[in-house]
Formats: sequence, C-alpha cells, structure tokens
Amino acid sequence: MSTTIETAKRITDIGPPRYDRFLPPVIQRNYGTWKYHENPRAGVLVHVAESGEKLFTVRAGTPRLLNVKTVREFAALADKYCNGYLRFTSRHNIEFLLSDPAKVDPLIDEVQKLGFPVGGTGNAISAIVHTQGWIHCHSAATDASAVVKALMDELYPRFTHMDLPARLRIAFACCLNMCGAVHCSDIAILGVHTKPPRVDATGLSKACEIPTLVASCPTGAIRPSETRTGSVPVDVEEAQCMYCGNCYTVCPAMKINNAESDGISIWVGGKVSNARTEPKFSKLVIPFLPNNPPRWPEVVDAVTKLVDLYARNGRKHERMSEWVERIGWPRFFRMTGIPFTKQHIDDFKGAGETYKRSAQLRQI
Amino acid sequence: MTEVKKHPTPLLDELEKGPWPSFVKELKRSADKPMVNDLLGQLERSFEEKVGHWKHGGLVGVKGYGGGVIGRYSDLPKEFPELAEFHTMRVNHPSGWFYTSDALRTLCDIWDEHGSGLTNFHGATGDVILLGAKTAEIEPTFAKLTEAGFDLGGSGSAMRTPSCCVGPARCEWACYDTLNACNDVTHQYQDEMHRPAFPYKFKIKFAGCPNDCIASIARADLSVIGTWRDEIQVDQAEVRAYAADSVDIQKEVCDLCPTKCVTWKDATLTVDDADCVKCMHCINVLPKALRPGKDRGAVFLIGGKAPIVGGALLSSVLVPFVKMEPPYEDLKELVNAIWELWAENANNRERVGEFIQRIGLGNFLEQIGLEPKPEMVAHPRTNPYVFFDPEEETESERSAEK
Repeated sequence: MSTTIETAKRITDIGPPRYDRFLPPVIQRNYGTWKYHENPRAGVLVHVAESGEKLFTVRAGTPRLLNVKTVREFAALADKYCNGYLRFTSRHNIEFLLSDPAKVDPLIDEVQKLGFPVGGTGNAISAIVHTQGWIHCHSAATDASAVVKALMDELYPRFTHMDLPARLRIAFACCLNMCGAVHCSDIAILGVHTKPPRVDATGLSKACEIPTLVASCPTGAIRPSETRTGSVPVDVEEAQCMYCGNCYTVCPAMKINNAESDGISIWVGGKVSNARTEPKFSKLVIPFLPNNPPRWPEVVDAVTKLVDLYARNGRKHERMSEWVERIGWPRFFRMTGIPFTKQHIDDFKGAGETYKRSAQLRQI
Repeated sequence: MTEVKKHPTPLLDELEKGPWPSFVKELKRSADKPMVNDLLGQLERSFEEKVGHWKHGGLVGVKGYGGGVIGRYSDLPKEFPELAEFHTMRVNHPSGWFYTSDALRTLCDIWDEHGSGLTNFHGATGDVILLGAKTAEIEPTFAKLTEAGFDLGGSGSAMRTPSCCVGPARCEWACYDTLNACNDVTHQYQDEMHRPAFPYKFKIKFAGCPNDCIASIARADLSVIGTWRDEIQVDQAEVRAYAADSVDIQKEVCDLCPTKCVTWKDATLTVDDADCVKCMHCINVLPKALRPGKDRGAVFLIGGKAPIVGGALLSSVLVPFVKMEPPYEDLKELVNAIWELWAENANNRERVGEFIQRIGLGNFLEQIGLEPKPEMVAHPRTNPYVFFDPEEETESERSAEK
C-alpha cells in the first residue's frame, strides 16, 4: 500500500524546464527578430532587433568546475545588473544579459573583481572546452583542468583581446573518447595512453563478459586465450593494440592507465564552421608530451608557440587550418621545428586517403 | 560540524596562482566539506603519481531510469573514504542554457544539501553536471530536482541529452527555432533518453546556421544545421558603410568566397545565389549588411562521432533541405526510421555513422526510405565494383515476358 502512494507522488520524465521561462523580457519581445550584432570590445556583444531594442551581453571565462558558492555569486550579479537573467555558452563561458547600457561597465568591473576575465568573443581564444581528467574520470590519461588552467594563464591576453587573424578554438580531452568534439578544433590537446592494457586476471573473471570484451577491440587485438593456461582468459596481441582504452571502458580489469607512459598529444587545424572552407578534423602535430604536473610546462610551451606562430603568420579571417593549408604541411613542420615522424603518418583504415598523391610540392 | 583535517596539497596550490580563474580555488572554497577535502587529497595524489584513481561501472541510478547517473568510485577508499561513492548526476539543461538567478540558486541549494556542491556549467553533453553524489543521496536529490521542475539527462546506450545553439533568442542568423526544436524533441523522447535500449549512444544537436556554434557536425549522430534556399538579403547602403569604414570588400569578402559568387563593382555587392553554398563567410564579415535568405530551414546530416570505436567521423548530408516547423514531423519520422533500423541491426557499441559505413549509405537510404541525392556525396564513386540487384529483370527478359 505504502509503495503505491510513494509511486503516485514520484515525478519522472518531465524533461527539462521550458527555456522561455528563463528568457529576459527584451529577448521575449524580440525573439527571432534580431537584425544584426556588433562586438564593440572583447567580451561585449550588442544585438539590435528590428524593433530597435538592444540586448547587451557580457561574456566571462570560467574554469568549468564551479563551486555552488561561485554560482550563487554569478546569480547575485545577475540580480544586481540583469534583473536576474544570464546564460552559459557551449564553451563554459558565462554570459550576463543586460538591457541597460549604463550597467555594462560597472558589471564588467565586478565580474573582473570576482576573478573572472571578460572576453572570448570575435577573433580571440574562447574558453577551452575540456573534460574531467583526474578530478572525476576513470579513463583519463592526463588531468584536464590543470593543463587548461596553466595554458590559459599563459594565453590570457588572447582571451581578453581580439587580435588574432580569426577565432581560435582550443579543446582538451583527457582520452580518446574525446568528450566534447576536440577532434575538430583549431588546436586539440588530447590525453593518450601509449602502452597496451595490463590484464588483471582476478578482476576479469569477477567483472567482465569475455565475448563483449573481445568484441570491444577495434583492431581485434584481444582474443580468448587459446591455451587457457594460467588464470588469464584473454590474450592481448600487443603489436595490434593502439591503446584506445575501449576495452577498459567495457571491462575495468583491462588496466590502461599507466603513470609512466600516459601523456599528451597535440593536434592542429580542425574546424566545425562551414565558413569559407568545409568542416575538418584536426591533424596530429606532436605525438607525445609527458605528464608533468602541476603545470605541464612542455604542453604550455608547445601550444603557446603554435598560437604565436599562427598569430604572426595567419592572414585576416584565416583560421588555423586555412593558414596551414595555404603554406602547406611541410613548411608548417619547418616553421615550428617540430620533427615529422612515423607516428604522423596514418596507418588506420582509410589511411591511404591522407597520402600526398601528386607532384605538387613547394620548394624544399 | 567537527573540524575536517585538511589534506596538504602543495602541487595543487601552484594552480591557485596566475590570472585565469582557478579550479583549485573553486575546490578549496568547500574544503571544509569532507567530500571536497578528500577530492583535493586524491587529486594531489594523482598529481604526485601521474595517474587517475577512479573506478567506473556498477549500477547506480534513480528508480525506473537506466541513465542520467554515472557511477564513480575511488580506488583508494581507505585513504579517501568520502570518495568511496562519488557519482555524477546529469541534469537536463534548458534549451540554450538560459537561466534566471532563482533557477540557478534552486539547483545550488539542492546540490549543496545533497552532494559535494561541485558542478560543471556545463558538461560536454550540455547537461548541468553535479559531481560527487553518494549512492543514498541520488534518489532524494532527484526528488528535489523534479519538484523544482528539473529532470535528469541521458547516459549510456540511449538518446543523449539534445542540445542547441543560442538560436533565435539572440542570433539574427538562426534559420529555424533551435531552442524550440531541441526542447520539443527532448520532451518527445524522454523514454528513449532515460531508459537505454539502443546499441550505443545517439546524439542530436541543433545548430541555427552553418557556423555550427554547437559543433553538431563533429559530435552529433544527427546534426540539424540551419540553412536557406533563396537569396542572401543585401542592404547596399550598409555594405557601402562597411567599405567606407574599414572593410576591404574585394579582399575580405569576394576573394574569400569559396565559390566566388560575390562580386563588388561600382559600389554594389552582387551575389550569384545559384552558386552560393551558404558558408556564412560574407554574412559573418558584414553582419549589418548581409543576412541569410527568407526561405529558411535546415539540412540534416548523419553519423558524426569521436574516434571510439571505429575512428572519428563528420556527419554527412542525409536530407538537403527541410522546413523546420513545429511539431517537426519530418524530423521525428526520420529519427524513428533510423532508430528502428539501427537498433535492430547494429552491433553492440556501433554508432549510427559506423553502422552506415558497414552497410553502405546506399543500403541505409533504401532501408529508411530516402531517395539517393547528389547532395549526399562529395563526388560519385570512383571504383567500378558496382552492385546490381540480381532479381531485377533485364530488357530482353522483360520483352520475352510480353
């Protein structure tokens, strides 16, 4: 009887709250009738409606990991300056939505006093999309928040100023699962495992289904043990393993994390926008950099150099990928001084598509 | 409250320095919470050892749902007992990530009372992420969330929480109502989201224009990208104003047009719309002067994903143009047909993009009832290994029958 009453009270499958409850009146009045926008300074957008009304947006970067105490401070600022209205962007930025231009500067002052940089619009670096890393993920080959923090400390002026040739989107994923589409970023920073998994025999028999485990391997490197000698029911063909960690996700006994050999790779020249050139994947430029907590100096140095080189050499409106394609990959490697190795040449399926199949080569 | 013995964190302390906002400061604001203190301790340990200390798996969730909660356990529970259970809850965000301060405070109060007080605004799926719930707190947190009008998002082999760009709420380029479409589809498919019954995850993302601010082409199984099929709207006076001000129209607009369909002559900008591929470049550079056309809709693309398992894919064109109007019947019919085929025939952990690669786009189209169109390919096939239906009658067989 009590169960029935409990079930009756329980609310499920109500879905997300309707967004229109949270739209400021200036948006409700001008929904779908915006005419144009301007970006007068880094972190400030002005949207003008057909009606002539204006909406002012102040954008600030966040570390993604937020304490509820900080979220309440954002809420208090929204109350003071925006009648309580605010939103977040797809790149972990917060946006305050104002209708009174006189309040823009005082709001910016307070946001900055709280320690959050205003910027990330137009031809700037926006906040780095990133994953959980060692804070919360089981398959992380590196930490995420720390590398992003160390890197953005260095790239800070690129967030608060709009002085790049075009927008520059950096994304970070702590393993090949790539939560957050890092594979189509101007610069992608990707945690990598570089050794095959070690099989924990006890855990395997307790927690894993062998057929599912065998099927999980994209290269067929995991096979039921032929001899069944000893206690390990699967063999890993180590030469076939490319350390994707898919086996670890389906079976926690396939220990992929490795303090000695896990690290970070750097990828360049992806985009999702269709502007000028079609969307494209990022390409490998640095196969491995070591995990060096707490500030990952090798990664910060490598990425900062790439950004600086692009900033100096890219033409107006040219995204990272368009700059590299204009100058060609051979010159990119010479300009950066990054050694080109066997690892840069694709050997997964469809690899042949990436070979240079013409005699059109720039002067060597 | 008894005094918490704080773990020393010399390595993490280094990350309190520098101008960018510090996640360590965010953690330390609640260092008096035993859970957060242990999280700081374990993270410091990871920094010392260069390896993570989380285990996954196990079934945790709310009654009647199969998703929305991700099980997470420390592999050092003796040293960090408060992390023995430290699950993630995904809370389905409102379309476009708009909030009122009251709504945010409600979420904060619930989470402060029942969990670590640590959040992500937002996770990669678009959900509000509540990090660090003990198993016993999940159901009470869920009850408070639903009472406040919030629900959980998706996880596992299910439809994942759909998300969208800011759309017509604040963008003049939105070619359809991304917020409404996202909200509508999310509500329509609550069962498919909360009770995983698919071969693997299925993500739907709504972008209002080809700038794709939601990165739908890279990370959604079904990418719905706004576009138009008539003429770009041109305000010649505003083009001239840009030219007089600071923009070199020839160099910055015409020369960078991918199909060279924009010309600038005698202080007049002309667009040959038949050749325009709706890339958005000219509109992006001259937002006051140029706008998408008036006959607006969306292109549907299928199969985008990150590398695991069979390699990364960008979505490819499935339907070149659809008018996107409520109740979005075209979209839902297509989604239902795709799910029926894929759920029945895909292998375990095979995303729809990989499934299409395996069976062939031609066969996929046939099965879901779509006609092949040249817009779907970069170019026709170059190899001669062409299949013909062995059942199909030849010309001579047909005349013999007559």
